[in-house]
Amino acid sequence: MILETRDIGKSFGSVLALRNVSMGVTAGQVTCVLGDNGAGKSTLIKILSGVHQHDSGILLIDGRETRLTSPRDALDRGIATVYQDLAMIPLMSVWRNFFLGSEPVKSLGRFDVATARSVAREELRAMGIDIRDVDQPVGTLSGGERQSVAIARAVHFGARVLILDEPTSALGVKQAGVVLRYIARARDRGLGVVFITHNPHHAYPVGDRFLLLNRGTSLGEYGKADISRQELTSLMAGGAELEQLEHELTRE
Amino acid sequence: MSAVTADERLGEVGRVRRLLIRPELGAVVGAIVVFSFFASQSAVFRSVRGIANWLDPAATLGIMAVAIALLMIGGEFDLSAGVMTGTTGLVLVTLATRFGFNVWLAMLAGLVVALAVGFANGLIVTRTRLPSFIVTLGTFLMLQGINLGVTKMITGTVQVSGLRRASGYESARTVFGGTIGDSGFRVAILWWILVTIVATWVLMRTRAGNWIFAVGGNEQAARAVGVPAAHTKIALFVTTACAAWLVGSIMALRYTSVQANAGIGQEFIYIIAAVIGGCLLTGGYGSAIGASIGAVIFGMADKGIVFLGWDADWFMFFLGAMLLLATLANNMVRRYAEEVKH
Repeated sequence: MILETRDIGKSFGSVLALRNVSMGVTAGQVTCVLGDNGAGKSTLIKILSGVHQHDSGILLIDGRETRLTSPRDALDRGIATVYQDLAMIPLMSVWRNFFLGSEPVKSLGRFDVATARSVAREELRAMGIDIRDVDQPVGTLSGGERQSVAIARAVHFGARVLILDEPTSALGVKQAGVVLRYIARARDRGLGVVFITHNPHHAYPVGDRFLLLNRGTSLGEYGKADISRQELTSLMAGGAELEQLEHELTRE
Repeated sequence: MSAVTADERLGEVGRVRRLLIRPELGAVVGAIVVFSFFASQSAVFRSVRGIANWLDPAATLGIMAVAIALLMIGGEFDLSAGVMTGTTGLVLVTLATRFGFNVWLAMLAGLVVALAVGFANGLIVTRTRLPSFIVTLGTFLMLQGINLGVTKMITGTVQVSGLRRASGYESARTVFGGTIGDSGFRVAILWWILVTIVATWVLMRTRAGNWIFAVGGNEQAARAVGVPAAHTKIALFVTTACAAWLVGSIMALRYTSVQANAGIGQEFIYIIAAVIGGCLLTGGYGSAIGASIGAVIFGMADKGIVFLGWDADWFMFFLGAMLLLATLANNMVRRYAEEVKH
């Protein structure tokens, strides 16, 4: 297990944003974190990516208890996060975005442009991403392509754990499919993936384990063998609530 | 295979698009039009002496416009840049003439003042997250007050003069304020070219350049991938202040005196030149060469109107029209570059 939490929790003043959540991330597997809005998904990933620090429970990296002090700290330990809307800078070219913050340098702080271009092109191709031209501004890519470039970037920079914050939520069906394919490819390259979503239909095909969150606490972590898509969906929506809603909405 | 042919066709479109979205394109076209117009109307304008004449205002403006362009690409403004050329000039002349400083030492003191003000601007903007427009407007007004107040206090008038008698004046003038041999071209033109080359190199070929585009394009995203956003912005403010010091020193050494209100009102001219050169007001896009060409357009119009014997009042009208056209063109380019394909 690369990354593990045990009964982890976080409060902001008197608000308990997250309590008693246990989950694990294994190399070559996808852990899906599911929950409705306000379930505590973003608090959890912010703890995992070093933005917030937990104040109860423990966080283990490679089996050792750890406290992440900053996003940079998390990154240095191989935990990379791809945020939904923060991923890219639209007016900059693909290769400039790809190496942003970790530019390859020659002497005198010169940006090794030739290397950056060719490495970006190769890494994208290795992920099966078909980009016509790495010189084009990222703004001209579709939403799915942008997410894919961000994933390829994290893989290139030696991420062992890839945290994806709602990568499919703003996308159409086809685009979401493209992103799911890259998630599977990152998994096949041996990364542990944390895939945050509120869509069980996106999570189920690609996930190996499913953590369900509701109102800041865990409804349990399930292996794929222990839960069906139907059960996952109804658990997520809060089964009984959905039935009641259905009842309310039926015509007299 | 049909897929291959389709990709090649996309490649062609890509090349045309890449040329079209070069930020300098609008400025280059504008410069050609303006030059052709004045050159066809006035023989003096197209003579070597004429060119030396209109490259002179372009040079000092260009140094500032390039620095402001970098800052604007980084997503910030500096309204104190104009008055800072006055402040650094006043420091230089005052120290050299009233306190017996060697001119070179007085220039160094001016540089220290500029660095301090630039650093303060950057620090306040990055720490408070206030818009730089407001912060540097504050600095602008404060410097304006200091320039007038201190000058009046020391000299009893609104100017300091007499730099010619200070020690080290001749050597400093040769380096910053003189002409290149007997050609009639000012040394400032060389400084301007140097500044443009260095700025372009930094933007296109260094890590810092990548960071400048990034903090202006999307500061949060840049910070999320580890770009030191605050450092980058502070460095940009300091660079702008340095450019103001260079221009302030060039002007002081050339005229040997500085008015207490020198540089006021220039800050918008710098921004206009940068915008004509393709900088977006929203940051993240632009070019140093473009800003330089913007300065050339300015210099040509400034002197060209005089050569034609027109009323100088028309210059402002011309400047406004250029600015509007340039902003329109940039806006279209941005939409073109940012448009998302589904």
